[in-house]
Amino acid sequence: MISPSTTFFRHEPRRNQLVNELWKAQQRDGHITEQTMEALSRDLDISLIEIQGVVSFYHFFHTRPTARHVIYLNNSIISKIKGYERIREALERETGSRFNTKDRTDTFALFETPCIGLSDQEPAALIDFHPFTNLNVMKVREIIAALKDGKEAADICDQPADHIRYLPPNNHTIFFRPYTAGEGLGRAMVLSPGEVIKIVKTSELSGRGGAFYPTWIKWDGCRKQKATPKYVVCNADEGEPGTFKDRVLLDREPGSVLEGMIIAGYAIGAKYGIIYLRAEYRWLLRKLEATIQQFYDQGLLGRAIRGNPDFDFDIRIQLGAGSYVCGEETALLESMEGKRGEPRTKWYFPVERGYLQKPTIINNVETFAAVARMMEMGINNYLNRGIPGSPGTKLISLSGDVRKPGIYEIEWGMTIAELLGHAGAEDPAYIQLSGPSGECVSMNQKHRRISMRDLLSTQDIRCGGSFMVLNRHRDIMTILLNFSEFFLKESCGICTPCRAGNYIIHKKLQKMANGLATQADVEEMRQWCHIMKETSRCGLGKTAYNTPLMAINEFSDYFSEKLEGAGNGMNLKFNMDEAISDYEKYKV
Amino acid sequence: MKNTRSEKRVTITIDGKPYQAAEGRNLVDAAKEAGVFIPSLCYFKHLDPPLGTCRACTCKVNGRNVPACMQRVEEGMAVEVNTPELIDIRKALVEMMFAEGNHFCPSCVKSGNCDLQHMGYELGITHMRFPHLFRDRHTDYQSRRMVLENNRCIKCRRCVEEVFTDQGKRVFMYQNRGIETLVGIDHEQEALLTEAQAEAAMNLCPTGAIVVRGKRVAKPFGLRSFDQQSEQEDYGIRWSANGDRSPREKKMVATVSLAGCFGCHMSLLDIDEEILDLVDLVEFHKSPLTDIKRFTQRCDLGIVEGGCCNTENIETLREFRENCDILVAVGECAIWGGLPAMRNTIPLGECLEEAFINAQTNDEGEGRVPYHEDLPKLLNRVYACNEIVKIDYLIPGCPPSASHLWKVIRNILWGEEFSVLYHEFKYD
Repeated sequence: MISPSTTFFRHEPRRNQLVNELWKAQQRDGHITEQTMEALSRDLDISLIEIQGVVSFYHFFHTRPTARHVIYLNNSIISKIKGYERIREALERETGSRFNTKDRTDTFALFETPCIGLSDQEPAALIDFHPFTNLNVMKVREIIAALKDGKEAADICDQPADHIRYLPPNNHTIFFRPYTAGEGLGRAMVLSPGEVIKIVKTSELSGRGGAFYPTWIKWDGCRKQKATPKYVVCNADEGEPGTFKDRVLLDREPGSVLEGMIIAGYAIGAKYGIIYLRAEYRWLLRKLEATIQQFYDQGLLGRAIRGNPDFDFDIRIQLGAGSYVCGEETALLESMEGKRGEPRTKWYFPVERGYLQKPTIINNVETFAAVARMMEMGINNYLNRGIPGSPGTKLISLSGDVRKPGIYEIEWGMTIAELLGHAGAEDPAYIQLSGPSGECVSMNQKHRRISMRDLLSTQDIRCGGSFMVLNRHRDIMTILLNFSEFFLKESCGICTPCRAGNYIIHKKLQKMANGLATQADVEEMRQWCHIMKETSRCGLGKTAYNTPLMAINEFSDYFSEKLEGAGNGMNLKFNMDEAISDYEKYKV
Repeated sequence: MKNTRSEKRVTITIDGKPYQAAEGRNLVDAAKEAGVFIPSLCYFKHLDPPLGTCRACTCKVNGRNVPACMQRVEEGMAVEVNTPELIDIRKALVEMMFAEGNHFCPSCVKSGNCDLQHMGYELGITHMRFPHLFRDRHTDYQSRRMVLENNRCIKCRRCVEEVFTDQGKRVFMYQNRGIETLVGIDHEQEALLTEAQAEAAMNLCPTGAIVVRGKRVAKPFGLRSFDQQSEQEDYGIRWSANGDRSPREKKMVATVSLAGCFGCHMSLLDIDEEILDLVDLVEFHKSPLTDIKRFTQRCDLGIVEGGCCNTENIETLREFRENCDILVAVGECAIWGGLPAMRNTIPLGECLEEAFINAQTNDEGEGRVPYHEDLPKLLNRVYACNEIVKIDYLIPGCPPSASHLWKVIRNILWGEEFSVLYHEFKYD
């Protein structure tokens, strides 16, 4: 197994190390034992129930014994269409274990997990957190046989391909230009922090995690805060199913991400940077740590960077433990503090009170990389890409029913149809942009441009990075149920509308899938989704049911088939035999 | 930092009317001072930042929906509180709490002193638009002094943020996530609380989830927290005049008690002298009151008490649907299952074995689950009437009072106007 990073900044409280301590214990014992939790409770001087609360929040922590090899199979919709069921069967057959448990010899434990960021090479699984991609029944047999032979997953795992399928013509790439460490930083540091922020403002760069909040506003707000120390946080918790652009950036160009963080630190006056890396990407840890070390060696990190006596900057990595909601920036902060990843309220913004209640900016991996590149290539050069009102390029993770799944760096302004053409889409019918929390469109909308121009998305359409293409043979209800099951499991459970609403609306979708719904159910669903959207505490609840609502409008023919008239006031589907099946066991 | 409470007064508008309020004050408090009721469950004045978990105080501020407890008063702020949409949203959120938990008020010590129940009354919740989830929730009896009843918990977070031992350690903490989220109690830390601290924990819980053994919230009717009048000044519309007394067409009514206790039928008979009017106005057909067993003619109105727990209930209910123009579900059991539905979180097998096989009054090995072709068969869970057939109207209550029932029935049969007063729909 890869060991999690254990470096910590000296001033950080011990309490923050809880998640790392739990990782260590789980690696040592295979699960988190009562004794571990009791010892940690004494050690960190907090009550046992608080530790149990943290352990039970993250799905990679186990309180029951696991096995020598722990296998997580991805159950996202892309995995489902690429042969998930066959792989699941094969895994159970070969290991002799069932899912959610382990085999008798304690060799294999099988679990499902939501998207692991390998949608371009599904079906994929993590074995002891090492990636295994493009699985098929034969390959599963070989892998399990090798592991039974005593081989380690680390030695036989795949090196996931980066699959960079498309770069803008005329050498217009931004993210995959030749990279020399320190060049962008050098150009930024001859400017004043205010001037750096001004360039970011001119570039119209906005949150590339999918929220598209203007980057410069965060930076400017944080720069003006008096409290110190300040923090720069890189959100590498790429949990939105179907997204893998950050994985490729971190694998291919980790330096540009680090450099973006250092430039941010210079601009806002921060000394500390933290990369919050999702546990699914643990296999990237070694590479990232090596790159950080290289930066220290080159004087790009550490004391008096590039000879500026006033600028010190350090970066460390914090590993997550399995939770989609931690991609929400305030939940991410909570998780970094070793707590349950529950989003905070918007009473204070992170730029006022973020990590450890100090001013903090949190940006996506791609945002930082873009900053480093625009500094290096010059802002005018950067503005040449894309379209007016939406300059630059965007990384798109494209997967599903296409011949060439992978990363597409497009200039803003490309239409959906063009992108599908480049990818070799096969009979596309249903497209999910920006993941389950994003939008779905039918082919009627293929002429729409992908850009960040249109705030209300009536003409152009935004894309946070995930682009899932499904062909006309895929059942829309299956897709929607896959998404709603995902949200159901990933809701943090802290606010009423998201905790209860997700479950209630999921039931409604099931009813629809069972052919029991009427037009009245559709109307109710609209209203209930609206309530969830308007009252939820964070983006998860606010966006969870965007997709079903859009799908109902977008694919109205399909849905009218799913509905049926009321049966004379009777629920014709009530099955008496089924309802008395429990009692019938007592028949004498 | 407490609410930044400068004494500067600013002008805000609530539903179009201008009010003066202290700048920086929490909107829930500012509205209360201005005499505008905004419901809230998790809100605790002294916490900064506020908890913001229940969302029941959702209002519109400058055109955006936000929880009022998350909003500081600012100059010129335009607040909407009582628009139809917002009233509905807030109601829906409290309904979600009822649907999600297992709230059986008649068997709860907090009934009558319960913030959630009170909020249900204040918002005029008569039935749940959402299906009850009947999740099997954990009740923790392990602590020496406290019982943690997760069936009743609304996850407001008050206890998590407020209850600490003298050593500064938490006693309560959320466990799991999503629909499985519950509050866990630290038995070791709980033992370190003083009696006063333990009692304070019970009292800060807005429902009956935290119970201290031997310290029941037992106050006689009339002295309990929410026996008094509504917090809202003019709740609902007043009774309209009795209307005309012109002769009415006589109607045929059928009644039945399915999985219920006949309490609603008792209540129906409790209308005192008006029972004399009744004779002129309606005739009872199939009903326990007449002991008519079979439908021989079509009825105008069917009154159903109780939910469906066995095959006979289902058949009877279907028969009512076929023979009645209007079907009314009366009482909690008919509406969502009620007390019989307490078994819904437990598998039927366990219930039967507990009752018939492992019962203490049984001789060893003598117990047997009754099964005979003449006996109705038990369903795997108790179903609400509207899960089986279409129900036209629901009259909530346990039981609904006689005058309430009578008002509603008159309304249904002859269109008489009526309004339900606050104290009339308090059933605790």
